[in-house]
Amino acid sequence: MLPVGATALDRSAAPMLLARDLRLERGSRAIFSDLSFSVESGQALVLRGSNGSGKTSLLRILAGLTLPDRGDVAWRGETMKALSATWRNAALYLGHINALKEDFSATENLRDALLIDGVHVAQMAQLSALEKVGLLDRRNVLARRLSQGQKRRVGLARLVLSLSHHPCKTFWLLDEPTNALDEEGVSLFTGLISAHLDRGGVACIATHLKLNLTSAVNELNLDAMAEVTR
Amino acid sequence: MSRTDMRIFKYSSPAMFFPLAGKLLPWFSALAVLFGAIGLYLGLFVAPEDFQQGEVYRIIFIHVPAAWMGMFIYLVMAMYGVMALTFNTRLSAMMMEALAPTGAIFTALALWTGALWGRPTWGTYWAWDARMTSTLILLFLYIGYIALINAIEDKKRADKAGALLVIVGSINVPIIYFSVKWWNTLHQGLSVSVTSSPKMASIMLWGMLTMAIACWMYAIAVSLARVRAIICERERDRIPGQERIPRRETTAGNAVASS
Amino acid sequence: MSAAPHSAHPHEPSGFAVERGFLVAFARDARLAVRSKGEVIQALAFFVVVVSLFPLAIGPESALLKRIAPGVVWVAALLSVLLTLPRILANDHADGTLEQLALSVYPLPLIVAGKIVAHWLITGLPLALLSPVLGLQFGLESRELVVMFASLMLGTPVLSLVGAIGAALTLGVRGGSILLALLVLPLYIPVLIFGAGAVEQSMAGIDVSANLSLLGAILLLGGLVVPFAVAVAVKISLD
Repeated sequence: MLPVGATALDRSAAPMLLARDLRLERGSRAIFSDLSFSVESGQALVLRGSNGSGKTSLLRILAGLTLPDRGDVAWRGETMKALSATWRNAALYLGHINALKEDFSATENLRDALLIDGVHVAQMAQLSALEKVGLLDRRNVLARRLSQGQKRRVGLARLVLSLSHHPCKTFWLLDEPTNALDEEGVSLFTGLISAHLDRGGVACIATHLKLNLTSAVNELNLDAMAEVTR
Repeated sequence: MSRTDMRIFKYSSPAMFFPLAGKLLPWFSALAVLFGAIGLYLGLFVAPEDFQQGEVYRIIFIHVPAAWMGMFIYLVMAMYGVMALTFNTRLSAMMMEALAPTGAIFTALALWTGALWGRPTWGTYWAWDARMTSTLILLFLYIGYIALINAIEDKKRADKAGALLVIVGSINVPIIYFSVKWWNTLHQGLSVSVTSSPKMASIMLWGMLTMAIACWMYAIAVSLARVRAIICERERDRIPGQERIPRRETTAGNAVASS
Repeated sequence: MSAAPHSAHPHEPSGFAVERGFLVAFARDARLAVRSKGEVIQALAFFVVVVSLFPLAIGPESALLKRIAPGVVWVAALLSVLLTLPRILANDHADGTLEQLALSVYPLPLIVAGKIVAHWLITGLPLALLSPVLGLQFGLESRELVVMFASLMLGTPVLSLVGAIGAALTLGVRGGSILLALLVLPLYIPVLIFGAGAVEQSMAGIDVSANLSLLGAILLLGGLVVPFAVAVAVKISLD
């Protein structure tokens, strides 16, 4: 059992993500085909591409929500069946839409997300996470009354707590995480990613932004991939 | 984990099945006509007049086979549904889609001929007896399936959703039939039992069986034709000889789907 | 659905309790329902209104009303549950939380089961509790009212269960609620027959225990099997 506050991951059991020959069709069109890539521990993979190039679909395949038409994804050498328990334990997926219940407050949404992840986090730690993302004074406001940026920040709070309390979530899948975030939010986000990568985690991020990360960043441009395969 | 093509059976790929279906089609059509002719001959000319119902009873030579086929096709669809969900074969789902309209038509035909039979024989077009009511519910199940797969735009999702629906429906069918039978015995106000068929001379049984086979051959033939159309619609580019048909261009030039 | 995780959560004191997923989902949905009490009460109001339509349509002749009471109350209950089915899944699908539930460490069938039980608690249970009052309006005797209550108590959970399958299959699909009704109502028919039939049997003086046991058996079987079907349907819809 790791003591509270420990954030280091065992680098020898480093997560390695390997995608092999992924193909996804929608209707009669192949969104991407023969897509292969790997991400090492401590690396980030940034997905770039225009609207419709398949960034969200690829992330959903990595999360296990969507089945590819061909190819597979292996994590730490083990081919993952969609939504298997191992995968669910290790992945933290923040989608394009804020996954928030409008009828819950920021605090309650955060607590709900943690409960679903099966993690015990002390009240104090949750509050400090909300404070870190700048939501402390809005923490009891119902989500329907938060601004878009504030809603996004609740997701950031989940990342904060993942760093401190949820070390097995080594695999971050983030779809346009900086949408609606202001400069301060973006730099906060960048800090979180850097911390996550520093301790050996893996991140796949679909974004339009140029991220200033110190760690290794691979870029995957799905528009370019599409031109090759068509 | 990807959708694995079942290489065990070569023809499980829709593009490979397309020409095979085309070759089989005329044979089944011929068999349907053959058996239909024999069955109708037996039913209309050879089988004796029923001493209670006269000539009218002859409608059972369509009514009963149609009812059997409606039931049978649903079960075949359920079987394809299990295959579609466990093995992820596209063709299984396409066969389901191809069979559904035929099954629905047979079920509707059974209901209609049942009504036509009922009127002159028992004085009423519709009596809520167990069998007819269960057949009506089966028609609802067919319509539900067709509505569902047409409402879902993503074909892959539609395939799997339809498969699950038919599997759930087929598990329900015995429960539905049992409950409707029970309901019927509870409410015995209506003493008319449309299910009381004339005593079966064996020739009548043969007639019905022949017609049933005719319907079965017809169902296969029609489904093969329909599945070819479905394969064409979905996988045009992979079928040799079909690419010549120019694809409809979307107004924006390159189709843009949401990512 | 594997229940054994490969990594232990360091702060789970007693190890990983898979069953907790049921409670988490149940508590969550119950709390959300409390926040939208209006919706819940609307379903009850709908129930009362629909039941009242029949005497208005058919006439207040008491013998006739008594005869149709079981059917009327049951059909109204059925339609009321149908109207509330989107609660189970569609709201979560629309705001993106359903994906998070699918990605939960807890198995999806357990989460779904928790949601369905919560749904029943706020729809079926109130309907069952209210039904004797409506039955009185139709002139039913107290023994028959008890049977009506019991049949609805046993039957409405099945309505929630079977309805959840339809709700899961039609997530985000256009023409949603009519399509959902078309899919689900045929599957509701056995429960309707046994439920209304039980009340009619009690009115005829026949022993209803066999009938109610049948409903109970369907409930038991459904409760064990349906959550898995719903989980599969959810995954299909999220694909």
